[in-house]
Amino acid sequence: MTTAPTAGRTTRAGAVGTAHTRVEGRDKVTGAARYAADLPFADLAHGHLVLSTVARGRIRSVRTADVLDMPGVLTVLHHGNAPRLDTDYVGMLGVPPDPTAAVFQHDRIPHAGWPVALVVAETPEQAREAAEALVVTYERQPHDTAFHAGRPDAYPADGHMPAVTEKGDLEAELAACAHVVDEEYTTPEEHHAMMEPHAATARWDGGRLEVVDSNQGTTWVADDLVRMFSLEPSAVRVRSEHVGGGFGSKGLRAHQVSAVMAATALRRPVRVVLTRRQMFSLTGYRSPTAQRVRLGADADGRLRALEHRSLNQTSTVWEFVEPGAGPARVMYDADAHRTANEVVRLDVPSPTWMRAPGEAPGSFALEAALDELAERCGVDPIELRLRNEPGRGPVSGLPFAGHNLAACFREGARRFGWADRDPRPGVRREGRLLLGTGTAAASFPAGAMPSTAAVTAQADGTFTVRIAAADIGTGARTALTLVAADALRVAPERVRVRIGDSDFGPAMIAGGSAGTRSWSWAVTAAAEELRDRLVPGAAVPPEGITVRSDTTAAIGALTPKERHSFGAQFAEVAVDVTTGEVRVRRMLGVFAAGRIVNPLTARSQLVGGMTWGISMALHEEAVRDRASGGLYGADLAGYHVATHADVPAIEADWVDDPDPDDPVGVKGLGEVGIVGAAAAVANAVWHATGVRHRSLPIRPDRVLRAGGPRV
Amino acid sequence: MDPSTSSTVTLDINGEKHTLSVDHRTTLLDALRERLDLTGTKKGCDQGQCGACTVLVDGRRTVSCLQLAVAADEREITTVEGVARGGRLHPVQQAFLDLDGFQCGYCTPGQICSAVAVLEEHAAGWPSAVTDDVRPEAGPPPLTPEEIRERMSGNLCRCGAYPSIAEAVARAAAPARTEDEEAVA
Repeated sequence: MTTAPTAGRTTRAGAVGTAHTRVEGRDKVTGAARYAADLPFADLAHGHLVLSTVARGRIRSVRTADVLDMPGVLTVLHHGNAPRLDTDYVGMLGVPPDPTAAVFQHDRIPHAGWPVALVVAETPEQAREAAEALVVTYERQPHDTAFHAGRPDAYPADGHMPAVTEKGDLEAELAACAHVVDEEYTTPEEHHAMMEPHAATARWDGGRLEVVDSNQGTTWVADDLVRMFSLEPSAVRVRSEHVGGGFGSKGLRAHQVSAVMAATALRRPVRVVLTRRQMFSLTGYRSPTAQRVRLGADADGRLRALEHRSLNQTSTVWEFVEPGAGPARVMYDADAHRTANEVVRLDVPSPTWMRAPGEAPGSFALEAALDELAERCGVDPIELRLRNEPGRGPVSGLPFAGHNLAACFREGARRFGWADRDPRPGVRREGRLLLGTGTAAASFPAGAMPSTAAVTAQADGTFTVRIAAADIGTGARTALTLVAADALRVAPERVRVRIGDSDFGPAMIAGGSAGTRSWSWAVTAAAEELRDRLVPGAAVPPEGITVRSDTTAAIGALTPKERHSFGAQFAEVAVDVTTGEVRVRRMLGVFAAGRIVNPLTARSQLVGGMTWGISMALHEEAVRDRASGGLYGADLAGYHVATHADVPAIEADWVDDPDPDDPVGVKGLGEVGIVGAAAAVANAVWHATGVRHRSLPIRPDRVLRAGGPRV
Repeated sequence: MDPSTSSTVTLDINGEKHTLSVDHRTTLLDALRERLDLTGTKKGCDQGQCGACTVLVDGRRTVSCLQLAVAADEREITTVEGVARGGRLHPVQQAFLDLDGFQCGYCTPGQICSAVAVLEEHAAGWPSAVTDDVRPEAGPPPLTPEEIRERMSGNLCRCGAYPSIAEAVARAAAPARTEDEEAVA
């Protein structure tokens, strides 16, 4: 094993920074790429989950007898016959497992759509029909799914950061300020809606459990299965070669656990694929938020008081904090500064991480409030932000490892044509359209987590990298090929990167915008040592030469700093005064997101994030029915995500911003693209119409109801 | 085989005939994926809402999750596996690859089948909801980005690759351009 290199050994051979089409691209455009539910297995049985139809209560009976007589049905698993699982542990990411995944352990129903049984049959059609025929009776209890600000049972909760931070006398400062903004903002329940449903096939093979899955981290899921089923770590292998999107939702879920139970009971391979409707209650979502932002500033716009409070819902079985107040701890300082994240437990499914958890909804409220403050102060919104750039972390007091937000705004303003903007709202009209532009700032933490990698030199002059990374559409496989090529000082064509296999050893998940950075570090460490070991001119033995790396010590030795990617978002909208429809005409994002490994795929990721911002601002909203406790229209028609016609040309670019403490200079850009994007759209809608929309999405009916003389 | 619950069908897929017995409940999508190991066609929602399962049936775009296999008997079906010819990528596939018209790749087979059909529908003069002049004698409207986006809107891409996809469709529509022109584009 080798330790990781420190900064200063960065190689600049040339592959990193050059556009490269995806190494698996041909497989993906020809249909040859096999996703989790695509791999054939001999003797495969199919499981179909049965979900609760009540929102709270107890299971009285599961009437399996009739279903077991149906054609092809092999077994029905439920709380009366399923093996007991261990859920009393803290997983790889530092949190206990969501009990929604630990299926069939008791008779309690904590929310609508809770898994109550798995029907396994010879064919998918037989399993589905039997699952729909299975009668489950319940003892119903009253449920409460009403999320709103001011719930008396809300409480501060830590999650991944302290619940509350506080300094200064907020009320005194607010009272002394020339300009005050005090507004409430809401964001709705939002769903990941990745295109590939969760799917897993489990089988026992020579005493080893093998799970072919679609997930964001094979060692993450394997570790959970080991702990839950009390197995030896070496007895579990999880593979996940191609993943059809994740966005935070693809960890351990009911499908893997129920498939393992069934494969164990039947001693044959069992596949469980979630239906699109099941995904809406089983795989997490972004909680709705109710936020209050109070800003107080001097006459010239300098912040003296800042308060950001964010409330989200969680289930009764798992505490998840959507830390909307987090961005204020990084972006803006004030003499009096208070932030708080609170949760309320309801009879709803467990929320989870979803692209830019905390930052996405939090930045909407904070950056919309900044725009309101700019209006009141009569200061340009960009200038207001530049006047309030913190020299150090507002809460931590730590120095920034890099703070290139101003460069993003300068470059973005130049390209967007911001200097020509008339700040007055509601004065640009084109037929029945009102036009406006808006901007907002973005930030997202740039982290690295310990990972292991192995790089092998083969006798034929090629190299193989093995790392339990996941490519959920990020382009990780391609990025790591370029990183390895540079570290080895060879052409990318001589490097093959293998990912998505827990047998490759512990590695960071594809999440937290920290995947590529964490994996690149481990790959660079192993590749550089391998290069040192290779003797020029000497033959490589037939078994090859392999070097392994582990970055735990190197990452642990990083000096504590505020490490973030930043960005400046710009949007132009047209609002139809007769229909209330808002359409985004163009969008520009300029980011400081570390060294860009592959400009082609990096741009795609940033544009994808900005597209999420449009979708969040204008479309996405899962509406919970208080009577049933379930969602109205839990599908892709009822839950609209932006499609082609909703998305204009989007431009994403970056400023030079290498991270000085990273061997490759990488930060991460999976999430920063969505941050601030919805605020930029909302601010543009105000500029167009003169009306502030503080509740997302900005639906046509809301635009029309907001009325005013201009709409 | 119970004739009350299953039937024998012949599916002409990518130029090859397959005769098989299918459960009457089996969709064309599941027949392709589960019975014929043609897993390039993806199941995103199984409800006709996402477009991931788009294939061409007798040359027309079809969401294969809403078509029963028995209803596709003797029909000509083109899946993503049949779009490339003789190992050479279709211009749409090549453009998706070169312009990064995808990220996770799961919606891609449906987007590509849809795009192939869009180009044919457009060339045949079919109007869309955003076409200004819909008279048959007007001929194909200019293939603007707006036309492409409208015609492709039945295919969701949650990664948000829409701008690159629209560019890829536009590039594939203009095969006459030389490689030199491509290089400076």
